[in-house]
Amino acid sequence: MSTTGPLTDDGLVQLLTSRGERTSHPEYDRWVADLDATALRDMYRDMVLVRRFDTEATALQRQGELALFAPALGQEAAQIGSGRALAPQDHVFPSYREHGVAHVRGVDLTEVLRLFRGIDHGGWDPVTHGFHLYTLVIGSHALHATGYAMGVQRDGAVGTGDPQRDTAVVAYFGDGATSQGDVNEALVFSAVNNAPVVLFCQNNQWAISEPTTRQARVPLADRAPGFGVPSVRVDGNDVLATYAVTAQALDRARSGGGPTFIEAFTYRMGAHTTSDDPSRYRSSAEEEHWRRRDPIDRLVAHLEARGELAQEFVDEVAAAADGLGERIRATVRAMSRPAASAMFEHVYASPHAVVDAERAWFEAYESSFAESAHTAEGSHR
Amino acid sequence: MSTTIDAPTRSSAPQPQSGLQRLTFAKALNEGMRRALADDPRVLLMGEDIGALGGVFRVTDGLQAQFGSDRVVDTPLAESGIVGTAIGLAMRGYRPVCEIQFDGFIFPAFDQITTQLAKMHYRSRGRLTLPVVIRVPFGGGIGAVEHHSESPEVLFAHTAGLRVVSPSSPAEAYTMIQQAIASPDPVLFFEPKGRYWEKGDVDLDTPVAAPHGTEGPGLDRARVLRTGTDLTLVAHGPTVQTALRVAESAAAEGRSLEVIDLRTLSPLDTATVAESVRRTGRCVVVHEAPVLYGTGAEVAARITEECFFHLQAPVLRVGGFHTPYPVARLEHEYLPGLDRVLEAVDRSLSF
Repeated sequence: MSTTGPLTDDGLVQLLTSRGERTSHPEYDRWVADLDATALRDMYRDMVLVRRFDTEATALQRQGELALFAPALGQEAAQIGSGRALAPQDHVFPSYREHGVAHVRGVDLTEVLRLFRGIDHGGWDPVTHGFHLYTLVIGSHALHATGYAMGVQRDGAVGTGDPQRDTAVVAYFGDGATSQGDVNEALVFSAVNNAPVVLFCQNNQWAISEPTTRQARVPLADRAPGFGVPSVRVDGNDVLATYAVTAQALDRARSGGGPTFIEAFTYRMGAHTTSDDPSRYRSSAEEEHWRRRDPIDRLVAHLEARGELAQEFVDEVAAAADGLGERIRATVRAMSRPAASAMFEHVYASPHAVVDAERAWFEAYESSFAESAHTAEGSHR
Repeated sequence: MSTTIDAPTRSSAPQPQSGLQRLTFAKALNEGMRRALADDPRVLLMGEDIGALGGVFRVTDGLQAQFGSDRVVDTPLAESGIVGTAIGLAMRGYRPVCEIQFDGFIFPAFDQITTQLAKMHYRSRGRLTLPVVIRVPFGGGIGAVEHHSESPEVLFAHTAGLRVVSPSSPAEAYTMIQQAIASPDPVLFFEPKGRYWEKGDVDLDTPVAAPHGTEGPGLDRARVLRTGTDLTLVAHGPTVQTALRVAESAAAEGRSLEVIDLRTLSPLDTATVAESVRRTGRCVVVHEAPVLYGTGAEVAARITEECFFHLQAPVLRVGGFHTPYPVARLEHEYLPGLDRVLEAVDRSLSF
């Protein structure tokens, strides 16, 4: 039994200290060697935009425009760093808080809000973006990612040495998900198949109200080696380090080295969702501790120390964030309820007599009100 | 362990047998899957012990030797993992056929089947299709230990997005498994394990109709197996043979029973049953699953609604009791055998 529990920050790969100082790392320096100041500024822009998205979406929920929202606040570095390490042909299986990864994969963030608006169970084209729909059942998609990776193997898209062809798959999930059978089965299946998959755990310390100590007695990353899957713990609020460990794991997967488990040690600065109340289960001192480790502040400090964050650029990003906020508000408010008969669409890929009959009945029922709309206003809604 | 798996190729190994053959139910399924594997390199089989062993019932016998271990895959012993990875493979363009070793062991996969497999097409608004088949040996009468004799089919028929079918003869097994694999939708394929060793004529050259087309018998229709005038007997899977024997026995007493094999529980082909009941005026539904909330309840409700003025007796149900599946030494009394079905037929006719 390990003497360190899951809350320890021992052994985290870090390339930026909490004050933004670049520290060298013998293994991971080379994985960020290609990141110039422009690339870091792009990451900064992504992180700022995603944080604005969080703020706007939370506000829209408070105004009644969204039924629910799950903020990614505080996890921007884990998501942007890992997301930016992906290649276009890679395929991502997110949980439901991966707005930063969605953004990096080219999903318009307003599309993410279709789900939270209650007009769509998905919202974007998962194939075009190589970014699957959000999965709300905790951990289920870790197996989908593993199966998809087994398909990648069968397609011969692993270990060819062709950077355009070799493909990796990533599943994102949280600390709570590591207790689910499906995540453990994903470790088993990915290990025995040597599947090109990266199991990316954002340990944000809280599964709604339950701390990681209710999920594990050891650091989460320590579990994977027992399955035969190498693992790494990374400072999830360090965008450089998350980029580096993900780039290494993706390279291992694409080249035929098999799966990797990454524990990105981060913090859910906001509530689980807009329905949650963190003040019931965690202290403001803890929140303050993590606020001092804000991932955006850290990158800002680093870029400023390097003299690579001009005020004009900061202003430009702030203006882009304002523009995004405006667009989110307008787009969400314009998202209308689908036609009621849409509920019968795409239940099956080929006709199904029961669905067809129920739809026909429903449409006849609806149209019976349309014919006498002046007397039936609202009565059947 | 090799890292890269060779891209699937058409097998040059033994070709499927041909012509009219007398095959067991298990062998007919085997030949159906052999043909599907040979015809489509995206088809693969997954399950526990389906490789070298050929499955605990030998349904996949010889297929791994012919098609290789990347296409006939011995999986880790984890049903949720089997179905969950099959979903991922289907998203990548494959057509996985999963074997659940026994009916009572499907429940670890229930979450993946009902929350993921059933809903992905809907959730993605048609952008994703999951052509996954889940084969489930089901039903009792084989003297087995607990969890090896159950009939959980309606748990899946109750979930929109899944198709639920059950063949009742070797010939049907041969064609329906190929249609299930060809379907763009997830199909729960319930195989009456107590019938695995019964033989029947199978024409291996018979063209297989499209699963959901209007040409020829697909997966979506019930079938009248025996015509009659006095009462309609409805069954599926293992109880179809029971129903045919009941009809035979009743005929000896001068009663003419029509026998319908439902073949599919989702969709449920009420039209074929209703057409029959409008002629006979009486209906008895037989299945091994418990009667409470079972297929018989659904058929009875729909037939009552559609044939109310034609009915001369309430629709009766014969099936398992509202108990866990009993110990093997009592299963004969639990299962709807010849005598219990005949008793229900008599009750209906004397109503």
